[in-house]
Amino acid sequence: MTQTILTVDDSRTMRDMLRMALAEAGFNVMQAVDGVHGLEVLQTAMPDVIVTDINMPKMDGFGLIEAVRKDGRYRNVPILVLTTESDAAKKTRAKEAGATGWIVKPFEPVKLIAAIRRVAA
Amino acid sequence: MTVDTMAAIRQTFFQECEEQLSEMELGLLAMDEGSADSETVNAVFRAVHSIKGGAGAFKLTALVQFAHSFETALDHVRSGKLTPLPDVMKVMLRAADVLADLVEASRDGKEIDESSYAAIASEVKALTVIEGQAEEVEEVIDFQPTVIDFGLPEITIDIPATPSHDYRINFSPRPELYGNANETVLVLRELNRLGIMQATCDTSAVPQLDAVDPGGAYLAWSIDLNSEHEIADVREVFEFVEGEADLSIETDGQAEVSDADIAALLSQALSGAPAVEPEAQSQTIAEPATPQMQALPETTSVEPASTPAPAAEIAKAESKTAAVVPTQTTIRVEFDRVDRLINLVGELVINQAMLSQRVIEANFAGSSSVVIGLEELEQLTREIQESVMAIRAQPVKPLFQRMSRMVREVADATGKEVRLKTEGEATEVDKTVVERLAEPLTHMIRNAVDHGIEAPEVRLAAGKPAEGMVRMTAAHRSGRIVIEVSDDGAGIDRPKVRASAIKKGLIAADAQLSDNDIDNLLFLPGFSTAATVSSISGRGVGMDVVKRSIVALGGRISISSRPGLGSTFSMSLPLTLAVLDGMAVSVAGQTLVVPLTAIVETSKPKKGEIHSLGADGRVMSIRNTFVPVIDVGTQLGFRDVAMEPERGVAILVETGDGTRNALLVDSIQDQRQVVIKSLEANYGTVAGIAAATILGDGRVALILDVDALVSGLLNDPLAGELRYGTGG
Amino acid sequence: MHDIGHAANSGDREFVAFCMGSQEFCVDIMGVREIRGWTPATPLPHAPPYVRGVINLRGAVLPIIDLAMRFGLGLTEPTPRSVIIVVQVHQQVVGLLVDAVSDILMTSEASMQPTPDVASEMAKTFVKGVYAVDGRMISIVTLDCVLPVTEKAAA
Repeated sequence: MTQTILTVDDSRTMRDMLRMALAEAGFNVMQAVDGVHGLEVLQTAMPDVIVTDINMPKMDGFGLIEAVRKDGRYRNVPILVLTTESDAAKKTRAKEAGATGWIVKPFEPVKLIAAIRRVAA
Repeated sequence: MTVDTMAAIRQTFFQECEEQLSEMELGLLAMDEGSADSETVNAVFRAVHSIKGGAGAFKLTALVQFAHSFETALDHVRSGKLTPLPDVMKVMLRAADVLADLVEASRDGKEIDESSYAAIASEVKALTVIEGQAEEVEEVIDFQPTVIDFGLPEITIDIPATPSHDYRINFSPRPELYGNANETVLVLRELNRLGIMQATCDTSAVPQLDAVDPGGAYLAWSIDLNSEHEIADVREVFEFVEGEADLSIETDGQAEVSDADIAALLSQALSGAPAVEPEAQSQTIAEPATPQMQALPETTSVEPASTPAPAAEIAKAESKTAAVVPTQTTIRVEFDRVDRLINLVGELVINQAMLSQRVIEANFAGSSSVVIGLEELEQLTREIQESVMAIRAQPVKPLFQRMSRMVREVADATGKEVRLKTEGEATEVDKTVVERLAEPLTHMIRNAVDHGIEAPEVRLAAGKPAEGMVRMTAAHRSGRIVIEVSDDGAGIDRPKVRASAIKKGLIAADAQLSDNDIDNLLFLPGFSTAATVSSISGRGVGMDVVKRSIVALGGRISISSRPGLGSTFSMSLPLTLAVLDGMAVSVAGQTLVVPLTAIVETSKPKKGEIHSLGADGRVMSIRNTFVPVIDVGTQLGFRDVAMEPERGVAILVETGDGTRNALLVDSIQDQRQVVIKSLEANYGTVAGIAAATILGDGRVALILDVDALVSGLLNDPLAGELRYGTGG
Repeated sequence: MHDIGHAANSGDREFVAFCMGSQEFCVDIMGVREIRGWTPATPLPHAPPYVRGVINLRGAVLPIIDLAMRFGLGLTEPTPRSVIIVVQVHQQVVGLLVDAVSDILMTSEASMQPTPDVASEMAKTFVKGVYAVDGRMISIVTLDCVLPVTEKAAA
């Protein structure tokens, strides 16, 4: 069964790269440009995985994760955080907010897919 | 990803970089002025962060490293660790320029000379070191070659001599693990892909069903894994959950692969099944009815993604992508499409005018429904035209931003301190005009900084602040765009200008000129007062070139100056190059259009005002100056005998170089806006004619090129004497 | 205005035949965009005498060339029955002023005869061959040389 991934990133370049990598691997892709938009999309659709950037205008990645976790419907949706920072503090913060895992940018399609497999059925 | 899609995304990336650089510069300028809030700082950080992210994906190492350093410094500002004092901002602004250069070089694939920005780079790095904190560890950027994994089942055929490891893994999730939507079964499935796995679940901690706490964690696993992978890969599987579980991984050391193992592997490989039967796996994992444990997936075998040819796959990907397109406030359109639309609308306007004309000729009653309908059509057409013109209209902001950088560079190079203030960046003008404004504006800004603003010591001695100010404003005024560039420098050195002009033979030694006349001498060709032609302002590129460019755009430029206080250049330009405001005139039975920008005034010549000069030259006296009279009809070859001036109308025009002439025409029809049609497409250039237009009656009318028409006379030796002489 | 279709066969050629004075000429139909009636042209200053001026062709500016004048046959007096043949020569579209269109010829490359060697500049420059049709001689015009040589502004 084809799985659906929601990607949230304010960079058009990153959205394009994610879409290409995920679509090639056989996923359906939904996209949003920031946390606020991401929440709007979630009102109408339930993805299997959320992949989100941290630094975004209007509502950043942490804000989005916290909001998603508060919503009963999405408590169990795996959320992967996309980040260029690889330091432990950011990862802890992401975890505390409720992130399931992370992917470091620049990402390799292989690692992205592997990370998704680790968190999605 | 295929080469094509990567190329397309690369293009997107560089387009995005332009936008990010613009955002970044705006934000930095606001920070510099002290008018930035935390959101602005955040936006600047995000812009640099974004550029770094994309650059990493395209392996643009130099760009990534610089951006990373810059980003860290910005991070310190936004977290309050670094205060954006003026000298900090100075470094940041220079860093922004370097970043822009690096982006451009990366985009064009040019080599970047590290030494050219090494100074700025180290200054930025210095900003990243916060007192009392350990120095920021340079992020190790590890570029792996991109491998496309199509997800085929792993068919591992071991070669006997390859060592494999036995791992013993004990894994006990804590409740927090499930809180973040991690699933043990998924982790185990991934582990499974690394080799041969045997997992046993210890359910001893599971209480009676009625005592089960849905948020609790009661299961522990012990897993035996035989894999060729190194321990790092094994640990990576648990990467997300390590912090929320008790995890231990032991390795028993290398184990030789026995023949029996090889046989087993081979049979599995041949059947194409994953290393461990999914059913067997499900038996070893208990299925208590706890809410957080989802029902096991039907099969945990790896689903191979199909591998059609890349093209087909992209097509499939496109059709599968249920991309939710965010509502944007802007839309990207190819310029050609807009151009076509504008052309079509232009023809619509002409057609509508023709229709109106025919209706008038057909003598319909004024109130008839046809006439009324036509009036509505005219109104509608005009609105459509305005809307369409507005599509191509762009704010001058990007132009102003480029000037901002120019000011910094020239100031640096000439050792001056200059600040640029801009106003009216949102003022819009047709794209074609914006593009052609860049060069003249650049010259003017360079001149203002290089020649206008004095050196800091000189300014201080004059009681001015050491920092000079250049102001650039844009505004709409009576259907045109007015751009002013002013500086608070020393103003025009009039005696020097006058002396230089006399020396160059541009004016007579005893010529009496007003202050404004002297100022305007700057626009004469070949004029330059720079003692040494500085490399900044270029090899003697003077204001005459600027004036010519502005005039070529259908604009006018003037200058005003106050000694010691500064100079102001004022330009007025049409809003678009596709449409022209003109005066329709009759000449020898033909209709011609004279561009309004060239016209100073019109008058009906009276007998005493016309004088003869030479064989067949004529001049007209206008308020004590004499201007040459040009019989347009004979000039264009429409008539052989010059007309009598008193029977016609004189149109006083001013050409690019400031000279005035009187164009003699039969009569004036009216003032109107005309759509410019090219003559060159199907014919070629015609001396004295700029372009053509189509009148309401469907006929073609020619648009005069006033400069060319007048210069046809310049070979006439009489003309020169008249230019700067005084009236009688 | 008529739109002319294209020649069906590649071996055969289709020509639009027209007359100027007492002489008959033709041009390859492939280059013909349309045929329209005469409308007065706006004269261009200092243009060669065979350039009558420009007219409006649906929003584009079309130069009109008096073909008879170009061929040295004298100035054409346009009448309401005069015809303008709109042709495309390379990148330019121009209108040829002629007296009338006489025929559409379907003929083949093979039946083209070489231009008779008469002492005429016009013949050598503009005529690339002749067809014999029903006892009439129809000269085939090469359009390349018809256009005035003008300066083009830099692209």
